[in-house]
Amino acid sequence: MTPGSSTVLGGDGSGDRRERLALASARIPFRLKVAAVWAAIFAVLAFFFWLSQFDTDWMLDNLSFIAAGLRFTIAIALGGIVLAVVLAGLGALGRLSSNSIAYGVSGFYVSFFRGTPLIVQMFLIYLALPQVASNLVDRFPTIPAEYANWFILEAAVAGTLALGLNYGAYMTEIFRAGIQAVAGGQGEAADALGMTHRQKMRKVVLPQAFRIIIPPTGNEFIAMMKDTALVSFLGVTAASAEIFRRSQLAGQADIRNLEAYVVAAGLYWALTALFTVFQARLEQRVSRGYVRLPGQSSQPKGQPHGGLP
Amino acid sequence: MSTQASRETGSGAAAKDVVVRVEGLHKRFGHLEVLKGIDMELRQGEVVVIFGRSGSGKSTLLRCVNFLEDPTAGTVEVAGFRLGGGHRTRRKREQIRQLRLHVGMVFQQFNLFPHMTVLQNVMAGPLCAGNDDDKQVRAEAHELLESVGLEEKADEHPIRLSGGQQQRVAIARALAMKPELMLFDEPTSALDPELTGEVLAVMKRLATERHMPMMVVTHEMGFAREVADRMVFFHEGVILEQGPPAQMFEHTRQAETRKFLDAVL
Repeated sequence: MTPGSSTVLGGDGSGDRRERLALASARIPFRLKVAAVWAAIFAVLAFFFWLSQFDTDWMLDNLSFIAAGLRFTIAIALGGIVLAVVLAGLGALGRLSSNSIAYGVSGFYVSFFRGTPLIVQMFLIYLALPQVASNLVDRFPTIPAEYANWFILEAAVAGTLALGLNYGAYMTEIFRAGIQAVAGGQGEAADALGMTHRQKMRKVVLPQAFRIIIPPTGNEFIAMMKDTALVSFLGVTAASAEIFRRSQLAGQADIRNLEAYVVAAGLYWALTALFTVFQARLEQRVSRGYVRLPGQSSQPKGQPHGGLP
Repeated sequence: MSTQASRETGSGAAAKDVVVRVEGLHKRFGHLEVLKGIDMELRQGEVVVIFGRSGSGKSTLLRCVNFLEDPTAGTVEVAGFRLGGGHRTRRKREQIRQLRLHVGMVFQQFNLFPHMTVLQNVMAGPLCAGNDDDKQVRAEAHELLESVGLEEKADEHPIRLSGGQQQRVAIARALAMKPELMLFDEPTSALDPELTGEVLAVMKRLATERHMPMMVVTHEMGFAREVADRMVFFHEGVILEQGPPAQMFEHTRQAETRKFLDAVL
């Protein structure tokens, strides 16, 4: 660039081209560009799969077998999240209670189940619990022996229990924070109106806490759907196996591991994507009263997160 | 003020006329003593404006009157309930709740319930207090909204309202409980200057037309001069000076009061 150059920015010509390109790009809708990026990623992946002689026929043949695990995956996740929500609700009330027993029990619960690995908890429930039960029955003959059998659980049941207990502990903190976030001024307003504690929680605090709690709970549910794969390690039979176990069985039998796990990954992904859509709708529903103009959501839509200066 | 004489006679003969009696009230937050012995009475139809620097304890007094704060020592008597601080047993909590049913409170930050419509906000108190006659509660809520000039906003959510409108709804919500006493904790401090007038006008009508006993913590000295029967100056946790507005504005006895008034006027 010569000192007397008239262009201030990028006077060497290549800068001008970059400038024109940026301007041209700015005219293309952001969403369209993002879609193009995704398409490119899929194209590259497809190319590499093709190079590695990806067996699509095998995938199609085995899809129905692996996908049949969906019902177990979904059942375990649903059972787990229901249990987790109940436990988290109770746990949060305990953490916010002035009752020393409720506070102590919920504190122990959160500490233990957040402080140990989920897979260890699964094995504790699946394998260690029956051992404890049978030893107790041996030691105390007055206890009918068949009680011990109650603690021999199906792998899926033990897995569901462990998921619910583990996620319930994390969600206890989410629920507690959600309740605390509205309890201040809103709780005082309810108090000042002479509401009972129960009325305050039911009519004022919980409906608002619900709105705060929904997004992170949705995230927990998505994480849990994927963690159902851990149940496979408890050694389930093929008949009741969920997605991951089935892809393992099918993949290892025919040495089609890439294909099998791509199918599994695709199924999990589709499941979580589907739920994300559902979650977004739910969030929009509960944002009533927090939106200034009709039809405007509480978070601006279509605005990329990185789009703000 | 004519009530000055009877106040000296104590709680006996004049008891019926007294709406609030605060005796020997102390409030401590950790090491910080915010209220250092407050004695105060509010009579039927009386409007008291409480003023003073921030941190002088004015809001804390208001919050002690309906037990949003527990007094460290001393008692508060409202609507036949004479309560002190201490552990909140089940019975105590119920007594506090009963007391609150007779006291309306308006907050600086409005604290309307955002998930309810304006009408639902106004109906919430009576419905929770056990008035099951939905039709009657609804009719009264509409009436109240009309009286604060917001009848047409009944089905909106609070977020669609301006700050001044929200505070007027908050007043209507408190009035729906048919309180014997209204507490206003800096009701216009969170408002843009051009919106304070509409809220103060509602409060003034409440005082002059309905003769509602009111304790108002505010820096609105114009409102105090016009509406207050008595002004109470708080300084470092005690009542330093009180009297009718004319006396407080013209013949301040304490230098501290004068200094504060000069600063805000």
